[in-house]
Amino acid sequence: MTLVSDLVAVLNEERVRNGGLERALYNRDASILEGRAGVVCFPETTAEVQAVVKVAANHGRAVVPRGAGTGLAGGAVPVGSEGHEPVVVVTTRMNQILEVDAENAVAWVQPGVLNLDLSRHVAPLGLHFAPDPSSQQACSIGGNVANNSGGPHCLAYGVTTAHVLALDVVLADGALVRLGGLEPEGPGYDLRGAFIGSEGTMGLAVAVAVRLTPLPPALRTLLVGFPTVEAAAETVTAVIGAGIIPAAMEMMDARITKAVEEYVHAGFPADAAAVLLIEIDGLEDGVTAAAAEVIQLAEDRGATSVRMAADAAERELLWKGRKSAFGAVARIAPDYYLHDTVVPRTRLAEILARVYELADANGVAVMNVFHAGDGNLHPLFLFDRRRPGELERVKAAGDQLIRVCIEAGGVLSGEHGIGLEKRDYMPLLFSPADLLAQDSLRDAFDPTRLFNPEKVIPSGSRCGDLQSVPPGVWI
Amino acid sequence: MGALEDFAVEVGSEDAVAVRGGGTQWDVGGPLHSGVRLLSAPAGVVDHRPEEMLVRVRAGTTMAELAGVLDRSGQMVPLDPADPARATVGGILSVGRAGLRRLRHGPVRDHVLEIRYVSAGGELVKAGAPVVKNVSGFDLVRLMVGSLGTLGLLGEVVLRTYPRPRASRWLTRPAPNLPPEPLLGLYRPTSLLWDGARLWVLLEGHPSDVDAQARQLGPDWTEAEGPPALPAGGRLSMAPGRVASWARDHPTGSFLAQLGVGVVHLSVPAGAGVEPEPAVIDLNRRLKDRFDPTSRLNPGRMAA
Repeated sequence: MTLVSDLVAVLNEERVRNGGLERALYNRDASILEGRAGVVCFPETTAEVQAVVKVAANHGRAVVPRGAGTGLAGGAVPVGSEGHEPVVVVTTRMNQILEVDAENAVAWVQPGVLNLDLSRHVAPLGLHFAPDPSSQQACSIGGNVANNSGGPHCLAYGVTTAHVLALDVVLADGALVRLGGLEPEGPGYDLRGAFIGSEGTMGLAVAVAVRLTPLPPALRTLLVGFPTVEAAAETVTAVIGAGIIPAAMEMMDARITKAVEEYVHAGFPADAAAVLLIEIDGLEDGVTAAAAEVIQLAEDRGATSVRMAADAAERELLWKGRKSAFGAVARIAPDYYLHDTVVPRTRLAEILARVYELADANGVAVMNVFHAGDGNLHPLFLFDRRRPGELERVKAAGDQLIRVCIEAGGVLSGEHGIGLEKRDYMPLLFSPADLLAQDSLRDAFDPTRLFNPEKVIPSGSRCGDLQSVPPGVWI
Repeated sequence: MGALEDFAVEVGSEDAVAVRGGGTQWDVGGPLHSGVRLLSAPAGVVDHRPEEMLVRVRAGTTMAELAGVLDRSGQMVPLDPADPARATVGGILSVGRAGLRRLRHGPVRDHVLEIRYVSAGGELVKAGAPVVKNVSGFDLVRLMVGSLGTLGLLGEVVLRTYPRPRASRWLTRPAPNLPPEPLLGLYRPTSLLWDGARLWVLLEGHPSDVDAQARQLGPDWTEAEGPPALPAGGRLSMAPGRVASWARDHPTGSFLAQLGVGVVHLSVPAGAGVEPEPAVIDLNRRLKDRFDPTSRLNPGRMAA
């Protein structure tokens, strides 16, 4: 029996795709990397995932789990040589909200449920799923688990791992295992925590118990304009330094603000060198006091405009401006490379200056729109891949950016993950002993290395060989 | 960094070793094998960065010492051990049990940003980083929290710090039955306790919000000095929604339940917990085999 016929036997012909064009659609995710997909499968149930994993293992094929494909680090890019391409298991048809348990403030969902759909579904109960990546209309809960995703509101609420209580996971031998549980102090190791953020390398989550968070009774959404990027960055540092933790504190520089304004007409100030979108939530009086304090801190640093959303519609408009940033950029440049690093938030002003310098030095246009409150930078380098040399200059700028952030005491990724994109930078952050320990964790879950090979951890031989791309992958 | 390297040398790579902190939770995880060499982790607050809201602290530091340093900048780490003068940071993280403010502040594991531990092979290993948001590599930080020193021995950690709440009030009222509304209709209270006869609530935040929430609770609530004394027996963990039905079979005064969390403190020893499913036991064993192949770290604890 062939791989395809075995897969068709456990799914059906419609949900096993092996045509050249259909497979090619799954060679990429939202990164600029491209691999080679083998057969593409669309299971709908846990039993089907178990069966698909067993078939792939029997045929000696790796399994690459894939959610909505919005990942930016190449985590869902299939890596394998010709004739040994991985089976891509797409979870988009596992899109059922299985149970909403209001008493425990928990929902059980399949991995293909979209992030925003979940929050909309539980909103009538006064609840939401707190992690809110900018791609939340498109990204799936399974992908959020794989990448331990963040979002603007993770500043106050924490990233995905703080909002997942339990997972049902299919392991490499096809076995189903429940990691974690609804009880607060389960026995044994925190397998749940170890699995979240493993980027599809340890198993495939087929059901996720997410913690639901009450919607805040009071909200203030502020859009503050600044005459310089430095003043905006210093305001971020001052707010945190004053012991205020806003629900979100986002920065956009003039270039991205202009692009967004032309795209969504949200009334963002055209004359500001940078704006901060700050949201404060909680109970009424604390929110009022914190908003006043934030405005004072901003004005002390030269803020030129302060706009407070008067109602829910205006708040939505301001957030639409922020979350449409990447769509707005697509109107300006054919391609962009979105980075994701973290720096200590007291050093934002200095590091941003370096980002503009290194972009200029490489002749690359850069825009900045990012989660300033937790120091999570997202420089966007614009380019046109049809023009010779542009991608190379963007990659050079990205390489320098990563090194600047690590030297400042930062890290490789705040919320997008390592995937393929940053795998070979891991030795900048971790010693061989550190990497070996991480690999041991992976090995305990997946000793056969069935799931998502070549991701996250560089193999020993590659440790000193930065910028390498695995065989079978091209940019 | 000298203290950490000295600690690694002391741990070595051969014989059976365990680290003892304040010994306040020494019985958790089963008895240590006899003849195990006992060590102390290095102590001291290395670096508090109030403006970054994080602190680097060595594992052997007592919670009281850490709290004293943080307090100077109006900050705290909401780990809340019962005996802060004895409990050490490393001990709290290794056991992984949060205190009475978990309802608002979350589990121990969510306050830890970086760990440095000594592996079974005697090497220093780092995971995480001193930044508040980080997905660079697999999450060994969470794996280590609550692992009872059976996968590595904590030497130094970076914790998140938080501003101390401006106002803080404990309130109590008689309550022979659990109120029907989860969390009494309060928005994110800090703690909510019930012993079958009485409720206690901790409200924290802006002073006028705290007062407004206290008024919302109603006139039958009175001010309390603090939480009641914890029953000195065992500890149960259950889905928070299960507490009400569990309590029907247990006499008033024999327990104190953390509502909304699911931790129940007992006046008698807790029975044996539910055995995990075989696949979970197998994953635990596989982790132990890889991180400590000769079972030299805290042998006897957490029979994985």
